[in-house]
Amino acid sequence: MTALAALIRRDIQIALRVGGGALIGVLFFLTVTVLMPFAIGPDLALLTRLGPAILWLGALLASLLTLDRLFTADHDDGSLDLIVMGRTPLELACAAKALAHWLAAGLPLVIATPVLGLLLNLDAAATAAVALTLLVGTPALTFTGMIGAALAVTLHRGGLLLAVLVLPLSIPVLIFGVAASQAAISGPLSFGTPFSILCALSLVSFVIGPFAAAASLRHGLD
Amino acid sequence: MTLLDLANPTKFLSLTARVLPWLAGATAILLLIGLYQSAMAPDDYQQGATVKIMFIHVPNAWLMFVWGVMSLSALGTLVWRHPLADVAAKAAAPIGAAFTFLALVTGSLWGRPMWGTYWEWDARLTSVLILFLMYLGLIALWRAVDDPSRAARAAAILTLVGAINLPIIKFSVDWWNTLHQPASVMRMGGPSLDKAFLIPLLVMAVGFSLLFVTLHLAAMRNEILRRRVRALQMMQASQQAA
Repeated sequence: MTALAALIRRDIQIALRVGGGALIGVLFFLTVTVLMPFAIGPDLALLTRLGPAILWLGALLASLLTLDRLFTADHDDGSLDLIVMGRTPLELACAAKALAHWLAAGLPLVIATPVLGLLLNLDAAATAAVALTLLVGTPALTFTGMIGAALAVTLHRGGLLLAVLVLPLSIPVLIFGVAASQAAISGPLSFGTPFSILCALSLVSFVIGPFAAAASLRHGLD
Repeated sequence: MTLLDLANPTKFLSLTARVLPWLAGATAILLLIGLYQSAMAPDDYQQGATVKIMFIHVPNAWLMFVWGVMSLSALGTLVWRHPLADVAAKAAAPIGAAFTFLALVTGSLWGRPMWGTYWEWDARLTSVLILFLMYLGLIALWRAVDDPSRAARAAAILTLVGAINLPIIKFSVDWWNTLHQPASVMRMGGPSLDKAFLIPLLVMAVGFSLLFVTLHLAAMRNEILRRRVRALQMMQASQQAA
């Protein structure tokens, strides 16, 4: 337990310090959201209607952008080999790393959402709904994305390959995240149905993600 | 002859060399019969002659089970380290992608006269499109690494993750679709299909499945031979260097 806590604390510290780059994801999120009105036009009514979708797409892309860092730095300095060989089960270590990554890179996206909601003319209730769905949904993005990150690091290929592998797997999260936000804003559906499915998707990813990532690290590193 | 005997690539090559001509012949005969029957099938009272696209479209869509074949091979790679399992998985991916692509293209060509548009964000079309994207991702993964056994293990994990995720994606897309457009698209009910359509369709489906088996075995042979050539080239290169 202490080993896992130490791993989480270390990962968060590294991510937040100079060169960590966790907060670049938030900056990217902000920039993508600011770009949208230039493409769509400054029509506030339209932006309100598209707001949840824009925020979700921005958060999805931002979390994808930072995923590369999940294993690469540890692989470069050799600590990933120590984690793989260590006495802590690799599945738990992967889960701890993903949790730390979400705390450092995913949670800031959720915290930034209210500010970005103002830019898109979302009212308080709508912003709260989007932030709540992001809070529940972004862990699923991190934990499924971890599989892609583990594959990419064992193959020494990051970047585009990671995006191509991970994005199709995140479609269900996107569908239910946007659907739950829209349901809270305009109906006609009740908020509970898509929201509980979104929670279920997150829980499933907590199970599948660490096992698949650990398997690919164990089979891939040599 | 057990699965373990087949693990010897030389035995596999000699066995498939004997089986393949028969398989290819049976495939050709079945497809010819199926095409003839499809051509002779009556026109639909609503859809006219375009209903015949179905005889090509449905068997192609049927062959989505190729991902299942790849999942079994992936288990073979990860659990039993079966030497032919990764060859089978690698050979199946492009064939599966091709069948999925054909299902999309024929579906699109069928959609033009029926729905008035080449593309409809219909639940089935959309999930098949996502399946196609995942095939392409898998092929990209195979092509990203030059060491075949390393690529095989990575691809096996991705295949299994995909096998778990595909039903979830299918369910989400169905849900998304019913949310956004209430069933506007006409669909043919399976059981209500008339015998005049059903028999050619079944013949075509069996023919296409055999076509997959034939192509798959041939591709596996090619892959084994390609690996032997690669091994020989490596040996030659190391001899020259020494």
